[in-house]
Amino acid sequence: MSADVTRLALPDPLPLDGGGVLDQVVIAYQTYGELAADGSNAILLCHALSGDQHVASLHPVTGRPGWWSRMVGPGKPIDTDRFHVVCANVIGSCMGSTGPASAAEDGAPFAMRFPVITIRDMVRAHIALLDALGIERLHAVVGGSMGGMQALSLAANWPERAGRVLAIATSSRHSAQNIAFHELGRQAIMADPAWSGGDYYSAQIQPAAGLAVARMAAHITYLSEAALTGKFGRNLQDREAKSFGFDADFQVESYLRHQGSGFTRRFDANSYLYITRAMDYFDLAEEHGGLLANAFAQTGARFCLVSFDSDWLYPTAESRHLVHALNASGAPVSFVELSAPHGHDSFLLDVPALDRVVKGFLDG
Amino acid sequence: MADLRPDLAVIADHIRPHSRVLDIGCGDGALLAALRDGKQVDARGMEIDGGCVERCVAQGLSVVQGDAGRDLAEYPGASFDYAVLSQTLQTASRPDRMLTELLRVGRRAFVSFPNFAYWRMRSSLLLAGRMPVTRALPVSWYETQNIHHMTVKDFEQLASDLDVRLERRWFFTRERPIRPAAANWRAESALYELQRG
Repeated sequence: MSADVTRLALPDPLPLDGGGVLDQVVIAYQTYGELAADGSNAILLCHALSGDQHVASLHPVTGRPGWWSRMVGPGKPIDTDRFHVVCANVIGSCMGSTGPASAAEDGAPFAMRFPVITIRDMVRAHIALLDALGIERLHAVVGGSMGGMQALSLAANWPERAGRVLAIATSSRHSAQNIAFHELGRQAIMADPAWSGGDYYSAQIQPAAGLAVARMAAHITYLSEAALTGKFGRNLQDREAKSFGFDADFQVESYLRHQGSGFTRRFDANSYLYITRAMDYFDLAEEHGGLLANAFAQTGARFCLVSFDSDWLYPTAESRHLVHALNASGAPVSFVELSAPHGHDSFLLDVPALDRVVKGFLDG
Repeated sequence: MADLRPDLAVIADHIRPHSRVLDIGCGDGALLAALRDGKQVDARGMEIDGGCVERCVAQGLSVVQGDAGRDLAEYPGASFDYAVLSQTLQTASRPDRMLTELLRVGRRAFVSFPNFAYWRMRSSLLLAGRMPVTRALPVSWYETQNIHHMTVKDFEQLASDLDVRLERRWFFTRERPIRPAAANWRAESALYELQRG
């Protein structure tokens, strides 16, 4: 599988929910597997907040395997011998699609001149990409976390474009707690002097410290208390005793610092601001007259929702809320709460039951 | 449909093709799969056990993990042609409310249950003085999920009290259909097709 970055310039300006349009939008995407002659076997995979289009190929920056390479590939649950998988970097991100680090008309990076975007804007860009690729109707749209929000938004706003919708560990809206954690991350970035109001692209120093703190805080929300305890407990890091200082005495501290600094090498701080904002603005019911069932009134798709019992970021109650709305609108829906110890990140990790559910739903 | 449990086979035989069916407590989805494949039915399920739900979804069935006592209320009225409740009514915390809910979401309902007045049950209580453990009710009293045992007569009385019409009924012993004479003695389990009165 190639790790080359494929880009496509959208032919038309992209209208945005916040008003106005985004001109000369470029979408970076990857595909896996062959598109059938009748175009019926395409699956759109939607990535999460810090994800990208490199689903099942080596990441060009980190050199590590794609984020869902355990799920996507020949003979895997999302079988690329059978399906043509498309994954596009969301607009506002930093892995090749147009975002705050991209050049504006004056040649300088947008930085904070980039418009605030929504989940629906991201999906509008995906639809424009599918149009350009000649994919009329998807076999399925699939995503976890923010990817699940995109899948639901596509089903609600472009109901004729997908036959199946698989939304994992996600929600129809961001809760106060979800928004609160994102605000913590944004404030950490903005409090970093190197952020400089977002104009740091040509500076010597990048707002890496702020972005690392944002990632550390977010990373805690992706794991369960039991997972952290099981992995680290109160174990000390490379030492026999506490240092009576502020080094990373504990393994969990060292782990979080490593997660934070690793993230700053592959992610843009302004992109983090814009994408978390889009997630906070997400409320599928609000977009549809305040009633979630209305969002799915036009759908002819089959739905499958999956939650994890240890996920406290997008807990099972959020999936149930969606299931009730889908039942009320008469849509065929499956829902299962899977047992997995890892917390929200379970959707990315080794959970064999998820493999079976994904394969069964997409094949059946 | 040869492999279905006898009550499920009768239900599958009597559901009209292309109808909408909700199977509550659908287990591993045997009835749903038979209806989908044999009668092009829009078949949905509700099941409380996550392992069962996972196996259903892995077969491509539309099944929601949920507790019927709580989640049935979320379905709009008359959203299904049939609601099916097989061998589950006796596990409900309030069977009377469950029956009312069934006939709210379904225009018709199929309900099957083990008959506690079956003569082997009676003899176990009468002669041995012990709570019966039989083929139809194989679990000891302290670990059974069956918290509201009922008899054929009890069920028909409840249906009458709730103004529910008994359209058709079938009785089974040793996994075989039997004639309805003295069913409250002779039947190990019973199946009814119901409609609102």
